[in-house]
Amino acid sequence: MASLQRFFKREPRAPLEYIKSFRLRAWIGAVLLFLYAPLLVLIVFSFNDSKRTIVWKGFTFKWYSKVFENEGLREALGNSLFIAVACTAVSVLLGTLAAFVLWRFKFPLKGLLESGLNLPIVVPEICMGVGVLMFFAWLKWPNDMPWPLNLSQIIIAHITFAFPFVAIVVRARLESFNKEYEMAALDLGASQWQAFKDVIVPHMAPGIVAGALLAFTLSLDDFVITFFASGPGTVTFPIKVYSMVRFSVTPEVNAASTIIILITVLATVAAMRLQNPPKPTTN
Amino acid sequence: MANDDVIIKIENVTKRYGKVAAVDNVSLEIKRGEFFALLGPSGCGKTTLLRMIAGFEVPTEGKIFIDGVDVSNVPPNKRPINTVFQSYAVFPHMSVFDNVAYGLQFDNVPKADQYQRVMAALADVKLDHLADRKPDQMSGGQRQRVALARALVKRPKVLLLDEPLSALDAKLREAMRFELTALQEKVGVTFVMVTHDQDEALAMADRCAVMERGRLMQTANPSSLYEFPSNRFVADFIGSVNLFAGKLVVDEPSHAQFYSEELGGKVFFDHGVSGAANENMWVGIRPEKIEMIKHVKKGPTPAMEDCPPDCNVFKGVIKQISYLGSESVYEVMLPNERIMRVTRPNLSRWDQEDFTWDDEVWLCFHGDSPVLLQN
Amino acid sequence: MLAPTIWFLFFFVAPMALVWGYSFGENDGLLGVKITGTIKNYAQAFDPEILKVLRESVVLAAIATFVCLILAFPVAIAMTFASDKAKSWLLLLIMLPFWTNLLIRTYALIAVMRTEGLINHSFEWLHGIAVMVGIPVGDYAPMPLLYNKFAVVIGLVYVHLPFMVLPLYAALDRLDRSLIEASLDLGAGHLQTMYKVVAPLALPGIAAGLVITFIPAMGAYLTPDLLGGPDDLMIASLIERQFKRANNWPFGSALSFLLMYITMIFFVLRSYFEAKGGKVAVH
Repeated sequence: MASLQRFFKREPRAPLEYIKSFRLRAWIGAVLLFLYAPLLVLIVFSFNDSKRTIVWKGFTFKWYSKVFENEGLREALGNSLFIAVACTAVSVLLGTLAAFVLWRFKFPLKGLLESGLNLPIVVPEICMGVGVLMFFAWLKWPNDMPWPLNLSQIIIAHITFAFPFVAIVVRARLESFNKEYEMAALDLGASQWQAFKDVIVPHMAPGIVAGALLAFTLSLDDFVITFFASGPGTVTFPIKVYSMVRFSVTPEVNAASTIIILITVLATVAAMRLQNPPKPTTN
Repeated sequence: MANDDVIIKIENVTKRYGKVAAVDNVSLEIKRGEFFALLGPSGCGKTTLLRMIAGFEVPTEGKIFIDGVDVSNVPPNKRPINTVFQSYAVFPHMSVFDNVAYGLQFDNVPKADQYQRVMAALADVKLDHLADRKPDQMSGGQRQRVALARALVKRPKVLLLDEPLSALDAKLREAMRFELTALQEKVGVTFVMVTHDQDEALAMADRCAVMERGRLMQTANPSSLYEFPSNRFVADFIGSVNLFAGKLVVDEPSHAQFYSEELGGKVFFDHGVSGAANENMWVGIRPEKIEMIKHVKKGPTPAMEDCPPDCNVFKGVIKQISYLGSESVYEVMLPNERIMRVTRPNLSRWDQEDFTWDDEVWLCFHGDSPVLLQN
Repeated sequence: MLAPTIWFLFFFVAPMALVWGYSFGENDGLLGVKITGTIKNYAQAFDPEILKVLRESVVLAAIATFVCLILAFPVAIAMTFASDKAKSWLLLLIMLPFWTNLLIRTYALIAVMRTEGLINHSFEWLHGIAVMVGIPVGDYAPMPLLYNKFAVVIGLVYVHLPFMVLPLYAALDRLDRSLIEASLDLGAGHLQTMYKVVAPLALPGIAAGLVITFIPAMGAYLTPDLLGGPDDLMIASLIERQFKRANNWPFGSALSFLLMYITMIFFVLRSYFEAKGGKVAVH
């Protein structure tokens, strides 16, 4: 309560300290309420001991155990995590490579390739989904392969839209690299490869980790492209939830969603920390 | 506020950011019509003080009066004060004319008068021929003039200038010094300038306030700051000075003596020095106030006769010479290995050849040259 | 560089080219498609019924974008002038829902807004109190919050708000704050300063925010599908139907490419605004 009082206290403020204005605080509070209230309600009612989800009937974990007992949901969750991990691994490799080469070298058609790589980011998901669907149909890609090969279409599609994101994050990180560090390493006797390994890679590292987390959440999050890329038998978590949501709101879906929210929150916080490490105070 | 000549009165103003006091209990009066400078090293709080006068920061404690009115809680757009920003802050999406006219619309100046006033203000800064330009087609110096015109056209009671010359190149900076002082005399508005450049402050201001770590160290006119610094920081910050720690051993109304271990001897003052005899004291001697005389090795101390009576004399050896054209700076090592810095004007074209490395010299300065300083 | 390029060409450019090719094709038999170079698929898009869906997509997305701008601008302003610590907290709070699974967020909205959801439930409860204290308010009829255009707009705003905050914040943060101070110093009020100085200078950022929000909002599939009624079709649902139900791949391809063209036009507009803004020296 004390912090709430401090939050609303009127104190003398400098003209540009807009964040101390009461009206702006109320506005931000309303926006955050709008963003968070539905999610919080969802999480709270995943612990509610009632099938009818709007009245609080007591605390329970039973929906979580139901989630793990639900064969279909468990399989979907497993598939989603497998896809996300595979997609992250390949995306990081491709994205980092693309970022480094585009940053370092000049070659013909570089500009074209650079803007081309942005396309998967700006193209509407539905268009890409359609493209992937038609492409695999055209290739007559087999639909009845055993696990995990039956996920290959989804993984390929996810990599295709995820690795440009990784490239952008790593590239942004490389922009802040002072090339004199590398020259200093070479000047002090390091070989090109040693300079790359000892100076450039450590600088890229936070970008790579952030990019990896980004690719992971993007893959875990994707519904539309997966919806089109998946064969009839394969189900990922969003697809499973989609089919459940169409019929009703159940605490079981709440519980499964809460698990996914928890995973994304952790990944996001980690990624933000890595991208903006606590800066040493300047001046 | 009995004194009608005071335009800005700062009363025990403190500004804290968290636990750090950027401005620490500063009281100050700025007189109507003067060119006032806030001088100090970076981070001393001078800009924070200026921003509090302008209204961009709110004092944690204390009050600010402008022309007798307490403005501590008045927002910047309601204060009779205007600012020339360090980056000039000329609006890039408006023409020069629109920039200067911008502030007038809030003063309810009729459109017809607006045009006249804008053009007059632009003429004051010699930009009336560029009224239609966009700022991105102008040099830094020109944009600064736009910023000046834009502020002065509002006829403020005080004009604040934040490091006005820092973004200009050396030659232009020199010229702008004279122009700014001329402009100030012409428009008669009180100017308050923030600068870290002591030359700038001494050359332009009628009075300066020297600040350090949020505190006001001394407020005086430029020559008093240089010749009669009231403490060690001011003496050291303004110009160059030789400082030696020691204590007062004779303290009479007509003369005084100061003993310094560091200097390896006594310094004689031909006047009484005020201030309690304190253990922690310093003597300061400006390098240009020391005369350097060649030590001729015959006789006991033959060169001593060349020094006037009442003179302080020390022996040393020249270790370093920097030739600066108009003058040369010599670093002379005293017998106890401390360095005394001496400057000598190069009055003739051969003067710098009078002394060379490892010359043994006498250093003399008159009894009214040194200043006694407290920490 | 070879690996990312090949991946990009093979799994992105090729599928998109295939879609483009099919958009000039005709159904041939039950499964086959023959590329005949016809433009009848594009002509079909000007069918009044299809045109109505396209128009509605644009209108709904535009309304949502506008609401996002109104909601986001004060938040971005407050963020720009907040202390570093408050800034990173706000950024995290705005970004967290963005990374949370889209389907989960939509589901959370459904859970709150449905007839027996929290909002209606709360109103019913208030209504009950009103009845108890003797205010003649009649019987409580749950508000139809879901399965209409209102729900679609709310959903689009909910999902796309972070898209708007970030570019606005980026643009405002780059603004030399002494320009704002100069405006205040010269006598302008805060609103006048926003209107006369901040808005013109942040125009590239505002344009970026509008485009970045509008494009995915217009191409959104899940939100209108789950929150809208049967008549609230948006373009993405229309495309999906051609593939999953109507089995008219050529027409679906043509619609996809229409959506792509609109996207491209907006991105060109955006870079135009950015170039224009670049001339105005913002440092």
